[in-house]
Amino acid sequence: MFYREAGDFKTSYVEDGQTFPIRFDRYRYYFVLAVAFGIVPFFINDYWANAILLPFLIYAIAAIGLNILTGYCGQVSLGTGGFMAVGAYSCYKLMTAFPDVSMFIHVLLAGGITALVGVVFGLPSLRIKGFYLAVATLAAQFFLVWLFNRVAWFYNYSASGQINAPEREVFGIIITGPNATSTAAYLFCLIFLVASALVARNLTRGTIGRTWMAIRDMDIAAEIIGVNPLRAKLTAFAVSSFFVGISGALFFAVYLGAVEVGEAFGIQKSFLVLFMIIIGGLGSIFGSFAGAAFLVLLPVALKVFGVDIMGWPTDIVAHFQLVIVGGLIILFLILEPHGLAQLWRVAKEKLRLWPFPH
Amino acid sequence: MPDQLLFAMEVTLNGLMAGVLYALVALGFVLIFKASGIFNYAQGVMALFAAMTLVGIMKGQVPFSHLINAIFGTDIHYFGWHVPSLIAILLTCVVMVGLAWCVQYFIMRHLVNQEPIILFMATIGLAYFLEGFSDLMWGSEIKKLDVGLPQGINETIDRVTFDWFGYGFFIDNLDIVATVIAALLVVALVVFSQYTREGRAMRAVADDHQAALSVGVSLNFIWVMVWSVAGFVALVAGIMWGTKSGVQFSLSLIALKALPVLMLGGFTSIPGAIVGGLIIGVGEKLFEFALGPALGGATENWFAYVLALVFLVFRPQGLFGEKIIERV
Repeated sequence: MFYREAGDFKTSYVEDGQTFPIRFDRYRYYFVLAVAFGIVPFFINDYWANAILLPFLIYAIAAIGLNILTGYCGQVSLGTGGFMAVGAYSCYKLMTAFPDVSMFIHVLLAGGITALVGVVFGLPSLRIKGFYLAVATLAAQFFLVWLFNRVAWFYNYSASGQINAPEREVFGIIITGPNATSTAAYLFCLIFLVASALVARNLTRGTIGRTWMAIRDMDIAAEIIGVNPLRAKLTAFAVSSFFVGISGALFFAVYLGAVEVGEAFGIQKSFLVLFMIIIGGLGSIFGSFAGAAFLVLLPVALKVFGVDIMGWPTDIVAHFQLVIVGGLIILFLILEPHGLAQLWRVAKEKLRLWPFPH
Repeated sequence: MPDQLLFAMEVTLNGLMAGVLYALVALGFVLIFKASGIFNYAQGVMALFAAMTLVGIMKGQVPFSHLINAIFGTDIHYFGWHVPSLIAILLTCVVMVGLAWCVQYFIMRHLVNQEPIILFMATIGLAYFLEGFSDLMWGSEIKKLDVGLPQGINETIDRVTFDWFGYGFFIDNLDIVATVIAALLVVALVVFSQYTREGRAMRAVADDHQAALSVGVSLNFIWVMVWSVAGFVALVAGIMWGTKSGVQFSLSLIALKALPVLMLGGFTSIPGAIVGGLIIGVGEKLFEFALGPALGGATENWFAYVLALVFLVFRPQGLFGEKIIERV
């Protein structure tokens, strides 16, 4: 009753091809955008921004990136952390080399550089697949982290081996560095997230997304109907790495400010993003959001419940978190392989018919 | 002989010994992969869990004591007894069989006929679960494991090589013991899979699930058995690594090192796991020795993966693997 397409007539091709063809979806989308841009910035404070909002926005971008590669194109990658590190370090090099250029351009360029690196490490996917490919991306993960740790040029020969984000601004508003306000950081990340989600959604609806899905569902059949696997796989790697690189750049420059590569972009980060898309839903943009939100909120909720309410030591809560995350992964794989996104779809289907049973 | 060559020889020998330990972990992977087609990412965490359980039983630690203390405000830590290492090892075996049954009953049974990559992700989930669970059960601090294995420099080799070359090789006793145990384990596994009824049933399942079912092999039983055997191999690996560098979280990361070993040796071959382990062990030590200083050191972290990657492109089935990999 609330959610239906009846009476929603399209009279032009533009209307027919819009991103959200169902009116209810479209209004909901405008509503969420209005809240995110118009209301949240006025109520934001440092705790909410740093504990929940910024990590959510940044991980959602990374999850969209990985979802394009794994969920849409079917190529499992365990190198997300390494590619995020590429984004972070190229952003750092650009920021220090060209201080006067706007951060927008730096972040986008960082994404572009990551895309190139992603294509290079995606080359083995032309010969191998499945978890053989997963191991090949693992090579990328370890090699890249080692590279940024050992080659001093990447961290500008700083004594600590860390990289620190200098103060940079966009249109006169400080975005990075210790003096940036949480509102500015939030809006900056939000713009990138909205843009990424829109681009990803439309890419996956178009020709290129369909070739990805064809490769995912059955590569031999896809080849026979004329999909070029080389192009499909390498574009998936490039687009995916582009988003992952953007999220890595934001993670370093806007969220953390100072980064030690092994700690911030280690193998755990790769698994975290992979878990986000498994729990959220493989092959769904909404799922990337849901998974990122879930895994950002879970530790916070557990900490509030375990440490603040029950008074348990923090290490026990941390162990519980591992148990719960691992258990949830297994549970989702067994009960709902399409993740939270599928639960949402089922709910929509129910809402469409309600109050009638059929 | 020139010094460099002697150093290289010593590095090679030590690499061989380290390779044996990689091979031990890789062996557990191969067993499960052969019998059920599951790539068990949790193998490393199983080794950690086994080693922690062994230490806990030996020291008479109360399971979940931290949790109990946190909830009820009590202060209990130890039962106050010490279990001899042999009995403790047997008890840990029982625990690992229990774990195998749980994995089969609660997880793998529900995922039959899923794609391999889904099963792989399920074992990543299992790895996380088990990691948190073992920390909850036994506490997360670094533990010392001592089951009475000899440790330290082997005097005989040191003396003999000194007499021969004028330079004594440093070889750890523990590595020698590990090599012997690994060899025994492999022989035992080969005998088990070739000559016993259960071993043959296991190979039948590995060949063809449906055919095995139709001649009356119980899949459930075989899978529980395979996971138990993998748990036992994990225990052996856990003892070796635990004695060498303490029982701690980094133990579970050796699973990641076993991946390139498998790529090299082939996922389905027990001799492949051994040879692959040795190649990786020697290769990364020699690479570090020859080029490490020029590249900034710590190349061990990635050398194995890059070697495996190069190998994959030219021979995707590994050295000894069956040609089952679909080329794209």
